Amino acid sequence: MKNKSLVSITDFSKSDYLKILDLAEEYERHPVKDILKGKVVATLFFEPSTRTRLSFESAVNKMGGKVIGFSDSSSTSVTKGESLYDTIKIVSNYCDLIVMRHPLEGSARFASEIATVPVINAGDGANQHPTQTLLDLYSIRKTQGKLDNLTIFMVGDMKYGRTVHSLLMAMSQFNATFHFISPDELKMPEEYKIHLRSVGLRFYEHKDFTDIISEADIIYMTRVQKERFSDLIEYERTKNAYVLKNKMLVNTKENLRILHPLPRVNEIDQDVDQSPKAYYFAQALNGVYIRQAIISLILGLN
Amino acid sequence: MKDKILEVSAIENGTVIDHIPPKALFKVIAILGLDKIDNQMTLGSNLQSKKLGKKAIVKLSEIFFPDKDINKIALVAPQAKLNIIKNYKVIEKKVVEIPDDIIGIVKCMNPKCITNSERIITRFKVVSKNEVKLKCYYCEKITDQDNMEII
Ligand SMILES: [Zn+2]
Repeated sequence: MKNKSLVSITDFSKSDYLKILDLAEEYERHPVKDILKGKVVATLFFEPSTRTRLSFESAVNKMGGKVIGFSDSSSTSVTKGESLYDTIKIVSNYCDLIVMRHPLEGSARFASEIATVPVINAGDGANQHPTQTLLDLYSIRKTQGKLDNLTIFMVGDMKYGRTVHSLLMAMSQFNATFHFISPDELKMPEEYKIHLRSVGLRFYEHKDFTDIISEADIIYMTRVQKERFSDLIEYERTKNAYVLKNKMLVNTKENLRILHPLPRVNEIDQDVDQSPKAYYFAQALNGVYIRQAIISLILGLN
Repeated sequence: MKDKILEVSAIENGTVIDHIPPKALFKVIAILGLDKIDNQMTLGSNLQSKKLGKKAIVKLSEIFFPDKDINKIALVAPQAKLNIIKNYKVIEKKVVEIPDDIIGIVKCMNPKCITNSERIITRFKVVSKNEVKLKCYYCEKITDQDNMEII
């Protein structure tokens, strides 16, 4: 992994994932390690994402490194029309690693080709956000004690949700069984179903969000966004059909945990927060450890 | 058949590209960069064809393409037939085949793709050949036949 960019979850192998998760566990036990002393990490956020940026910056600081960068492009030369190419060329001279978020899809792949230092993709439009996926894997392994042979229910927007697509690609290496619960308009795209068939994994599609979740080890909730619907009447009809409520958890498994990439709108009722099966807030905390692990492996400093 | 090919005007040595859909003719010209070369060439369009109804044909004097170059036109003219001419005779017939990777030529249909806002040579993996589907190396979205635009 040393000196390798992390643009897409498929850039890393299964053994890379496991190495990252193991190291993240180590950071959870001992978060402060002075291994980034004298190193500079650039966080280039061409669009704001406070939570992701703070998580990366916290990770760098805990390891004794320094952060340079910007939190949205309005205060930079980008607003003067500088190309991404020029920005990346110049920033490469100032740092050992680039963490980048950009509204255009493919921007991180392009940056990784130009930069003379490794690039970590912190989100390129609707395309990829691999550190989120690794954090999801970490949360799954931590709560289930394993990654293999789990039953995963994904609920809400299967069509546009990049987090569910990346998680599907990653978990498909661990013999998972998938259930997708979504309205017809937001069904899982064919290309992902083709992938699952090609690797011989079982998956089931459902329209109704009911007591079928009794088999679930993991429920991964996502937002159903209004702008995804061409028919607003259809949106009004479906928006409350994919909400998880505490009473739905009655017959679920003891080891079930509920994940959500956050922020949530209304898709998880607040009454679920009290349940020991709610894991979405702890999930966000794990992000710092996972990012510490990724940064130190890419810089070859662990 | 031989007379048909010679309908526009015969060439001594070179390549005849036949069975091009008329609406793809100018795309073929662009893909092969024919607008940038000095060789003698003859173009015919909206000619009668049993197979296509109407077809276009390109005759290029003293030009022979490597397979990897000529195969690019399969994106817009999958049924194109090549006749390699030496001494006014067809010495070889070829069909075109879509390559596995497409570099340049096609514009990514995703308006939010980085290749549409920076100066980048596009790159696609051909994920389906029957009904052409190209997966962008950058944004990872699919550009299909109906939305394919030649740069
Ligand atoms: Zn693209």
